[in-house]
Amino acid sequence: MKFFIRLRKNYIALAGLTIIIFYLLMAIVGIFWTPYDPTEMNYEEVLQPPSLKHILGTDEFGRDILSRIIWGSRISILISFTATLIASLLGITIGTVSGFWGGKLDNFLMRVVDVLFSFPPLLLAIFIMGILGEKTYNVIIAIGIVYTPQFARLVRAGVLSIKNLDFIQSAIAIGGGKLHILSKHIFPNILIPIIVQISLCLSLGILLESALSFLGLGVQPPYPSWGNMLSSARRFMIIAPWTAIFPGLAIVLLVLGFNLLGDGLRDLLDPRLRNIRG
Amino acid sequence: MGKYILKRLLSIIPVLFGVSILVFFLVRLIPGSALELFLGTQVEATPEQMEELRRIFGEDKPIPILYLEWLSRILRGDFGYSLRTSRPVLPDILSRLPLSLELTIFSLFLSVIIGIPLGILSSLKQNPIIDILIRIIGLLGLSLPQFWLATLFVILFSSLEGLIPMGNFISFSKNPLLNIKMLFLPSLAIGLGLGAVVMRFTRNNILEVLQMDYIKTAKAKGLSQKAVLFKHALRNALLPIITILGFNAGYLLGGAIVIEEVFALPGMGRLALYAIFQRDYPLLQGIVLIISFLFVLINLLTDILYAFIDPRIRYE
Repeated sequence: MKFFIRLRKNYIALAGLTIIIFYLLMAIVGIFWTPYDPTEMNYEEVLQPPSLKHILGTDEFGRDILSRIIWGSRISILISFTATLIASLLGITIGTVSGFWGGKLDNFLMRVVDVLFSFPPLLLAIFIMGILGEKTYNVIIAIGIVYTPQFARLVRAGVLSIKNLDFIQSAIAIGGGKLHILSKHIFPNILIPIIVQISLCLSLGILLESALSFLGLGVQPPYPSWGNMLSSARRFMIIAPWTAIFPGLAIVLLVLGFNLLGDGLRDLLDPRLRNIRG
Repeated sequence: MGKYILKRLLSIIPVLFGVSILVFFLVRLIPGSALELFLGTQVEATPEQMEELRRIFGEDKPIPILYLEWLSRILRGDFGYSLRTSRPVLPDILSRLPLSLELTIFSLFLSVIIGIPLGILSSLKQNPIIDILIRIIGLLGLSLPQFWLATLFVILFSSLEGLIPMGNFISFSKNPLLNIKMLFLPSLAIGLGLGAVVMRFTRNNILEVLQMDYIKTAKAKGLSQKAVLFKHALRNALLPIITILGFNAGYLLGGAIVIEEVFALPGMGRLALYAIFQRDYPLLQGIVLIISFLFVLINLLTDILYAFIDPRIRYE
């Protein structure tokens, strides 16, 4: 409860949360209603600048950019959320098994994590996409795999730092089972770093999805995603800059939202930084 | 120090081994063998010819043996042949390396000359407005997709001659001045975002260090603000930045793909993209191996450099 009271005072985290909620609402509204049909072409209104009729203008097929951004928000958010879910579940499992049981299994799992860490994230993602093929669900798998090691390392370090503390030892001494100790004593203590990592992963997921779609390896046209909108805008951006500006702004604002939330939460987590952090 | 370097060197061997296993077996997951991809659907071959081809392509043995043979060829510098051009892939990859290195170095350089001075300046004054401002700029640096920033640069500067390479890239050895001019905007697209991150990191570190006891001592003995900051605080505050830069150097080698794509620069990233779209797997394997090798190597060098500067690390 204390946590939520402090969260209310943390304007950075609140600002982030507000942005995220705005996007979630936009994505939900977009299921039922968009100003225009996001995939319908209209050759009479090709590359129209922003106006009252098309607030953010139209693209090279005369499609309404605002409608496409609203539609794209659903895809980007869905991909980023499910990928983060995969990464966190996998990573938490690996990290817990590794940290709590230790031994040979720990050694093996950590070497696997080391190997995944030796690829630059974008390169690993495009490598996986190159092998699995350019499908939306493969984007989710690729992003999920890329960000699993971060969770695994974080959780393992957290479990290790708590495992040998006195209160855990006494819980073992009075006969607490492993699952009981994990769920009642260990997880509550590493929950906030995990939440911070989740918000970081959500932001990285949006960025990675947009980069993959931009390169033509992610969400495929005609379905709009912010990344592939930017990609097709490249041919017209000099005569119609709005086709490139608005989808990018949509990405920046949402990613900023996740980063603000994560950063604000980190303050709550580390009281040492509360006074000096800028 | 020698012992530390040796220990770290040995520790990357199993990692690189694991990388090679992953790169080899992931490509094996693809339905259809390299040979089938090479032949396509148009070529007809007799069973005897197929047998011969299978031997040439090394597909006549069990997979673990194939892996070991492949690995031993890699270790001898034979990365195989392109399925599209039939040329050895390694020279093609290495010919792209200088550009990727150059882009990485320029970007890091720009991020440092933007980030560190601003970080120091902003740490001199502490008030809520600057705090929030620096924080938001730092987070914005993390949130900007580099390819979008690059796209905006193209829109803004498209009228200026020579700033945007767009296909007619000129190498450093041919014309250094023109080369640097062409790489300026691509590097800035990366360096701005990274610079914002470096700035915030610098400032936070300085503020943290300024609370240390030895700084209080330095102040107590009457040193000027300037001397305390530059002689005592800065050295310790700037150390961790090496880690950030080192990590990003490795990251950029493979991560500048999007920037190379926007500015049509012939770097390794775009070659990787070409390999994927052409289904040229030996080329793709080669690029991924080389980049991750460099990535691991740069991280190792960062660690060693860090241990060299900060002796505490060596004894942990």
